[in-house]
Amino acid sequence: MTQTFNLGRAIRLTLLSLGALIFLAPYIFMISTAGKAQSEIFTSSLSLIPTQFFYLENFAKAFGRVSMGQLLWNGVVVCGLIFVFQVVIAIPCAYAMAKLKFGAARLLMALVMLGLLVPIHATSLPLYVAFDSAALLNSYTALVAPFSISVFAIFLFLQFFRAMPDDLIHAARLDGMSELGIVMRVIVPNAWPAITAFAIFSVVAHWNDLYWPLIVVSNQAYATPPLGLLFFRAAEAGDDYGALMAATLIITLPLVAAFLLAQKRFVEGITMTGLKG
Amino acid sequence: MADMTAISIPAEVPRQKAPKPIVPRPIVNVSERHEARVAWMLAAPAMILIVLFIVAPVIAVITLGFTDFELGYSTFKFVGFENYAELFGDRTFRQSLWNTAIYTAIVAPASILLGLGVALLIESETVGRSFFRTAYFLPVASLLVAMATVWQYLLHPTIGPVNSMLAMVGLPGPNWLGSAGTVLYSLSMIGVWQTVGFNMILFLAGLTAIPRDLYSAAEIDGAKSPIDRFFLVTLPMLGPTTVFVTTISIINAVKVFETVKTLTEGGPNKASEVLLFTIYQEGFVYLRVGYASAMTVVFLAVLVVMMFAQYRLVDRKVHY
Repeated sequence: MTQTFNLGRAIRLTLLSLGALIFLAPYIFMISTAGKAQSEIFTSSLSLIPTQFFYLENFAKAFGRVSMGQLLWNGVVVCGLIFVFQVVIAIPCAYAMAKLKFGAARLLMALVMLGLLVPIHATSLPLYVAFDSAALLNSYTALVAPFSISVFAIFLFLQFFRAMPDDLIHAARLDGMSELGIVMRVIVPNAWPAITAFAIFSVVAHWNDLYWPLIVVSNQAYATPPLGLLFFRAAEAGDDYGALMAATLIITLPLVAAFLLAQKRFVEGITMTGLKG
Repeated sequence: MADMTAISIPAEVPRQKAPKPIVPRPIVNVSERHEARVAWMLAAPAMILIVLFIVAPVIAVITLGFTDFELGYSTFKFVGFENYAELFGDRTFRQSLWNTAIYTAIVAPASILLGLGVALLIESETVGRSFFRTAYFLPVASLLVAMATVWQYLLHPTIGPVNSMLAMVGLPGPNWLGSAGTVLYSLSMIGVWQTVGFNMILFLAGLTAIPRDLYSAAEIDGAKSPIDRFFLVTLPMLGPTTVFVTTISIINAVKVFETVKTLTEGGPNKASEVLLFTIYQEGFVYLRVGYASAMTVVFLAVLVVMMFAQYRLVDRKVHY
């Protein structure tokens, strides 16, 4: 590629920069507004640097109304539990489907393909009725259980395991390892790329999910970050955008920071799991 | 094949001892039976959970769609297709389907084209690649409910920066999220902003996979301008990626919920009522589970049709 500066390249760079500016504008305004006093927000919305720094006050308000620490902790617990269950349940199943011969493999494949079609929105009504009658609403169980099975994880790991050489497994069998031992000591250590890719997919999906938490949680103590922000908005009458932006900043930061730190992995993860949105 | 080592010589089946009416046992030896049993054990937890959390609820939702079940009432009865008949006459539901269709018709094509455009620009640029990639991808990694709140501020009719900017050049800014005429377009704009980066990443992966020699070959064959080469090489080679991106974009657009719930609650005057929001409202706010189940079945049918369309397309068009 030539490094000469021609007209085409100038246009290209201008387009890219303009687009990037538009895409980043919400973040710029979020950070700027989170530091402005109420009066300033109402008078001059276009000056980016606050005349008086109101960050402390706004963050104090954000932490005061809804316990942000609790929200973030709930998010970590729920996403962590979901991910652990998904992996622990999907990996042995995918291994059996990929490397062992058994009658139900075809049926299982059909179930997995069917499951890929069905989002939580389609199953939420009966699940809600069931959790309600079991008196399990407002609990970590209700938040985690429906996602403990991820057919997408099975699908992804299945693809990955099929590409693994059979000799590896036979050697382990000859060494006298049990099948479960093979899964834990041969398959898992070789499947890290797939597991990280899936981890990113899973955490992004469930950290951001609003639909299911909104249905099963009405108690702030179990609110996940998106739901907590909704509660915060409800409690925050009027247009106190300073505090609101401070709260959004706190809640957006963890995942964005994780993304900025592990960008390469994120991109690989999205590319590998891109089949599903 | 290494696989063969697992199957040892078939055990002898003694002929004279086999007058039993049972179908002759398939020739399996101990190790194969053991393998099948272990496989069952490894797959059992997943199977049980699939039945519990996917198969059973889907059957239940289809069944509930034929009942008048409401949460809080202990009895319900089957009403046949009454819910579906009501759906056809339900103005809210029709409005909701229409709005979802419009939203999808805007967001899917716009985010696919922009995603492809940005990917092509980044791919052919040498400076600041990773910066641009990060900038466009950031919305995908951000909490949508939070960013929707930021957009609400940006689009605020009086104090929002967008209208302040418009005022500077002397244009009257509309009440973006507050008026029935613009709300769906404003939500679509937020939807596009949120998904372009995702499509861009998939297109970038697709672009990297195109062998370089194809471009030189095309150039030798007379495709001199970059535009010719784009239509001759890039676009056909991106076929499979494009089919994927299109399906995902459409399905995700049909599933729009977060921004609507956060910003408009379907309003003003049902102008931003979308499918999932209507289902949520009927099922979990008014607790009319039977009726909402019928809506859910319609929603599922839409998804199934999309998926089959994709499979057909993949089968027919994108084999190279």
